[in-house]
Amino acid sequence: MIGVNREGEVWVFAEQHQGKLEDTPLELMGKARQLANILDVKMAAVLLGSNIGQIATKLIQYGADKVYVVDNPLLENFQTNSYARTICQVIQKYEPQIVMYGATVTGRDLAPRIASQIKAGLTADCTDLQIGDHTEAGSGKLHKNLLFQVRPAFGGNIIATIINYDRWPQMATVREGVMPMPSPDVSRQGKIIKEQVQLSAADLPLTILEEHKREKKVDLKAARVIVAGGAGVGSKNNFKLIWNLANVLGAAPAASRAAVDLGFIDHDHQVGQTGTTVRPSLYIAVGISGAIQHQAGMSESQKIIAINNDPDSPIFQIAHYKILGDLNEVVPRMIKALKEKTIKEEVAIAK
Amino acid sequence: MDYKYVVLIKQVPDTKRITGKAMNDDGTVNRSALPAIFNPEDLNALELALQIKEEHGGTVTVITMGLPAASGILRESLYRGADRVILITDRRCAASDTLATSYILSCAVKKLEYDIVICGRQAIDGDTAQVGPQLAEKLGITQITYVEKLPELENEHITAQRNIGNGQQQVRGKLPMLLTVTGDANEPRVAAARKMMKYKKAKAPTEIEQQIKAERPDIDEDALVKLAKEKCRQLDDKGLLIEQWDLDFLEADLGWCGRSGSPTKVHRIQSIVLAAKESKDVEPTRQGIADMIHELIEDKTIA
Repeated sequence: MIGVNREGEVWVFAEQHQGKLEDTPLELMGKARQLANILDVKMAAVLLGSNIGQIATKLIQYGADKVYVVDNPLLENFQTNSYARTICQVIQKYEPQIVMYGATVTGRDLAPRIASQIKAGLTADCTDLQIGDHTEAGSGKLHKNLLFQVRPAFGGNIIATIINYDRWPQMATVREGVMPMPSPDVSRQGKIIKEQVQLSAADLPLTILEEHKREKKVDLKAARVIVAGGAGVGSKNNFKLIWNLANVLGAAPAASRAAVDLGFIDHDHQVGQTGTTVRPSLYIAVGISGAIQHQAGMSESQKIIAINNDPDSPIFQIAHYKILGDLNEVVPRMIKALKEKTIKEEVAIAK
Repeated sequence: MDYKYVVLIKQVPDTKRITGKAMNDDGTVNRSALPAIFNPEDLNALELALQIKEEHGGTVTVITMGLPAASGILRESLYRGADRVILITDRRCAASDTLATSYILSCAVKKLEYDIVICGRQAIDGDTAQVGPQLAEKLGITQITYVEKLPELENEHITAQRNIGNGQQQVRGKLPMLLTVTGDANEPRVAAARKMMKYKKAKAPTEIEQQIKAERPDIDEDALVKLAKEKCRQLDDKGLLIEQWDLDFLEADLGWCGRSGSPTKVHRIQSIVLAAKESKDVEPTRQGIADMIHELIEDKTIA
């Protein structure tokens, strides 16, 4: 068990597979940097793998003061036991005050195993992290500068702020896509610290027989404009409306869970709590009622247009432009209006 | 081979059916006002165990930790084909976070023989997906999370397919093993009518006591204990007594249970208030839409 260590650093687990760094740890670097500045401590990334030296430099460019590197052939492929054992050892050696993991499948598999081993707390799927003070209800004891681990719970119906004040490190997994990715600074300098951990075949209890990875058909996180359809679109055939509007706008087509479940479009396009979290400049919700689970994935959009024929749809409560009407009329009108604008501009340029 | 499967399940509030009334005025969740259901992915976990059993033989034991009312999902498990069900109920379990919960569950699983421990990937009230991996660590066994298909079993080895987010992975390892199961793994069976007829009267001792108290409010403590004991014996003879364990029976270290065993604490709970943003109504007419598009181009929202 590790107690409170105010000198402890802020750490990010730098998840990589086959030498390629995941996006989520990079997203976390910006937040970790900010927290470390508030706490006036160093920010470090923890990188495990085999022949991964060049990634360490990248982590420094994204804001790390230090990178703890454990380079070992036995860490080439992720396995829960070998990774958990290694990270537990470095945590016990340096006693960081905060450790953040991406809430990826790997992060959600690994972090609880680590938490159990070092008997520390862990908060899953955070959407925000802050530093704040907490007063214990019974004793009135004040704990300053704790990590506020903010997460939705009860299917997104409530927001809970979780803390741990007596057993550290304070650990959290953070949802993919909720923190803006920082811009790298190639001139940044940092320290690379090599760590040795004794591992044996016993730490690799599984044989990985096969692995099939596929690129996602669409990168919703990178899209500036998203056109999303819901159950209200009615059919897979009618979902062409969504594709057409997206096409005219150069936008990414997306969907609510209901539309995905109805088979209108592939799961890669799903926005919401069980899909992708997005924060585009413009989000157009077509025939989406806007259940809290959907809003969890898109409410941070800069502008939201909602098209729905039900005035009581919750989506209207967060929309900037509310269009109450039949999507089968509204969407074609939007396509037409957009095409006319483009033609006018072309004419203007030609003149 | 006579495999022993242990399935961990949880009774959860149906988060899809939460209304405003489910929140107390102080912003805390009014769990009692919510319909309690069998956690969906735990049904997939039970189904997976039953399917492996059908193919390879063995016995399926189902455990839940919760309030006395959680016996409801144990009966549901019996209707579907569980061989043995166990209720862990104890006031001292209250306020357990995932670490304390996994400790208590590990004490229970250690009381049993097991080859494969199976959990749902996550519960819909917290969506943490933490208890499975934490339980595996406490038991000192290997975990395979996000299992999305019926695994293959040959003697001492299991081969399972995991969903790794952007693809699939096939892994093989030696038993004992803990699996967490996703909703894609199978289509859970419905309750079998004959089993339902048989087990609908199955009860845990705590439920029997509650029932006696409801029927005879002024019964004294000694008489209650005596009568409950007698009723439990009668049910047990018919094979209808749900086993009930408490922390004393589990020989659990109380320092690792409940609030004291939970490093995470709640600082604050807020119910979601939908942000009232600056918004405008747009007429669904050609003009209304054209004006909106114009505005979005003007402010450079769209190129």
